[in-house]
Amino acid sequence: MSATTMPTRPAPPASTRTSPSGSAGVKHRRKLTVLAFMSPWIVGLTLFFLYPLLATSYYSLTNFDLISDPQWTGFSNYVFMFTKDPLMWKAIGNTAWLTVVITVGRVGFGLLAAMVLVKIKRGAGVFRTLFYLPALAPPVAASLAFVFILNPSTGPLNQFLGVFGIEGPLWFNDPAFAKPALSVMALWTSGTIIVILLASLLDVPGELYEAASLDGANAWHQFRHITLPSIAPVLMFSIVNSIIVGLQFFTEAVVAGSVASGSTATAGSSLTIGYPDNSTLTFPMWLYEQGFHQYHMGYASAMAIVLFAVSAVFTVILVRRMRSAGIGEEE
Amino acid sequence: MALSLTASKVSGGRQGQKFLSWVGLHAVAIALAIGFIAPILFIILTALMSDQQALTKDLWPTSWHWENFATVFEKAPLLQYFFNSLLYAGLATVFMLISSVPVAYALSRMKWRGRNTMFYLVIVAMMLPPQVVAVPMYVVWAQLGLTGTLWPLIIPNLFGDAFSIFLLRQFLITIPQSYSDSARVDGASEFGVLCRIILPMARPGIAAAALFSFLNTWNDYFGPILYTGENTGNWTLSLGLASFRSVHQVQWNLTMAATLLVMAPVILLFFFAQKQFIEGIKFSGVKG
Repeated sequence: MSATTMPTRPAPPASTRTSPSGSAGVKHRRKLTVLAFMSPWIVGLTLFFLYPLLATSYYSLTNFDLISDPQWTGFSNYVFMFTKDPLMWKAIGNTAWLTVVITVGRVGFGLLAAMVLVKIKRGAGVFRTLFYLPALAPPVAASLAFVFILNPSTGPLNQFLGVFGIEGPLWFNDPAFAKPALSVMALWTSGTIIVILLASLLDVPGELYEAASLDGANAWHQFRHITLPSIAPVLMFSIVNSIIVGLQFFTEAVVAGSVASGSTATAGSSLTIGYPDNSTLTFPMWLYEQGFHQYHMGYASAMAIVLFAVSAVFTVILVRRMRSAGIGEEE
Repeated sequence: MALSLTASKVSGGRQGQKFLSWVGLHAVAIALAIGFIAPILFIILTALMSDQQALTKDLWPTSWHWENFATVFEKAPLLQYFFNSLLYAGLATVFMLISSVPVAYALSRMKWRGRNTMFYLVIVAMMLPPQVVAVPMYVVWAQLGLTGTLWPLIIPNLFGDAFSIFLLRQFLITIPQSYSDSARVDGASEFGVLCRIILPMARPGIAAAALFSFLNTWNDYFGPILYTGENTGNWTLSLGLASFRSVHQVQWNLTMAATLLVMAPVILLFFFAQKQFIEGIKFSGVKG
C-alpha cells in the first residue's frame, strides 16, 4: 500500500520520515524486516491468544470431559451458570467484592502513601524501598505469612489490636472477615502502585504549584486542578490494572483458604477451596475447580468466556484512555 | 536554612505550622514503613522459634533455633523445587528476551502501518486473565504429552511475552530517534541498528524486563498447579510451599522458615538490582 504512495523520485528532501531513503527496494526490505522482527509475536498471538479464544468459545457450547469428544449442547452451559449453579453467584459476588475493595483500597491507599512520600526530602529512597519490598513477596509466601499474622488467638495483629482494647476478628476463620483479610494482604503488596504514582507525582512541574499558591489556591484546589489532571493517565492505569488483578484473584484465596482450614489436603484441592463457607471462593477458582478437578471443561470454558468479556470491557476502557492520553500514537 | 530563618522572623506562626506538618508527614511515613516491614520481621522471628514457642503468643524467640532452616530441607524436597523454579524462571526469561526485544524494537523504533493496532493488541493480551485460555491450552499440551512438565509454561515465551514487550517498548521509545537515524544514514541495517545502537543503550530497560519476567515466573502459582499438578517431581517452590503447611500442620516455625527461604531469592535479587526494578515499574506505569 505505502509503496504506491511513495514516489520513486530520489531521496525526498525535508522529509520527516525515519527512512532516509525512499526507493521501493528499501521500502520492501523494511517491510520484511518489520515482519521478521514481529514474527515471534504474530505466531504467539495466533497460537496462545486467537486459537484458544476461538476454541474456548466452541468448547463453551459443548459438554466436554477431556476424554471423549465434545458434544454440542448449545447455550445450556451459560443457562446453567446463571440459573442453576448453586455456587456461581457466590463466586461472582466474591470476585466483585474483592475487585471493588482491592481497586479502591490499592489505588486510594497508594495515592495517599505516594503523596506522603513525595513531600519527604531526606530518606525518601529508604521509605520507597520499605514500601515496595512486600510487593515482591511470592503470593503463596505472602498468603502463608498472613494466615499466621492474622491468626485469631496467637497472631501479632490481634495482639496489637488487643493493646487498644479491641477484640480482633477471626479473620480467615470467619466468613465475614475472610475477604477483608485478603484485602489487607492486597494492601501490603500494593508497593508497585505507590512507586508508579510517586514517579508521576514527582513529574508534576513545581512551578505550577508556585503559580497556583500565588493566585491563592488552597491545597484542595491545587490537588483538584493541578495534581489530579497531571497524574490522570497513571491513575487510570493503576485502576484498570487493579481491576484486572481483582478479576483474576486466585492464588491468595486458594492458599489462604486451604492453610486456614487446617486441612491436610493439598492446597487447591476441592476439599479446601472457598474456606470458610465459600466466602473466599472466587470466579477463577470455581472455573479451575469445574474444569480441572471435576473435568467439566465445557462448563469451565463458558465461565472463561464470561471472564474474558468482563476483562475485555476494562481493557478497552484502558486502551481508549491511553489513546486519548497520546500513548502509543506516532510522535 | 538562612532563608527559612528570615522567614521565621517574619511569621513565626507559619514556620511553626510548617514544622508541625513536617513532623506529621514523617510520623505517617514511619508508621506506614513499620506496617510494611513488620510482617517480614514476624516471619523471621517465628522461623527462629522452637516448635512449642511458635504456637504461643510470644513474638520474640526465647532461644534461637537456626537449625530450623536446615530441618525444612529434610521435611520437603525444597532443593528440587528450587531447581524446578530456576529452570522455569530462567529459561522463560531467556526465551522472552530473545523473542520480545525485536518485537518491542519494531513497535517503537520502526514506522509501519498497523503499528498502533499491534501495540493495542499487546495491551489486550497483557490484560487477558490466564484462566480464559486455560482449557484449550491444557487440551493441546495434553495431546502433545507435555502435561506434568513445566514446558507448557516455558515454551510460549519463545513467542514473546505481552507484559515484557509492553515494558521494553515503553523504554525503547524514550531513546531519541536521531541515534538510529544517523546509523541508518551510515548504511546500517535495522538489525545492525538494533544490535549496535539500541541494545547497548537499552541495557537498563532490558535488565528491568528480565527481572520482572523472572519475578513473575518465579512467583507463578496458577501455571505450575495447572500443568504439573499431580507430578510432584516437577513442582516449583510456590507449589511446594503451598503444600508444606498441610503436611506440617502445627509447625508454624518450620512453615515460616520455608516461607522465608522462598522469599529470600526475590529479596536478594531486589537488593542487587533495586534501580532496575524501580525504573521498570515507572515505565510500566504508562510513561513515554
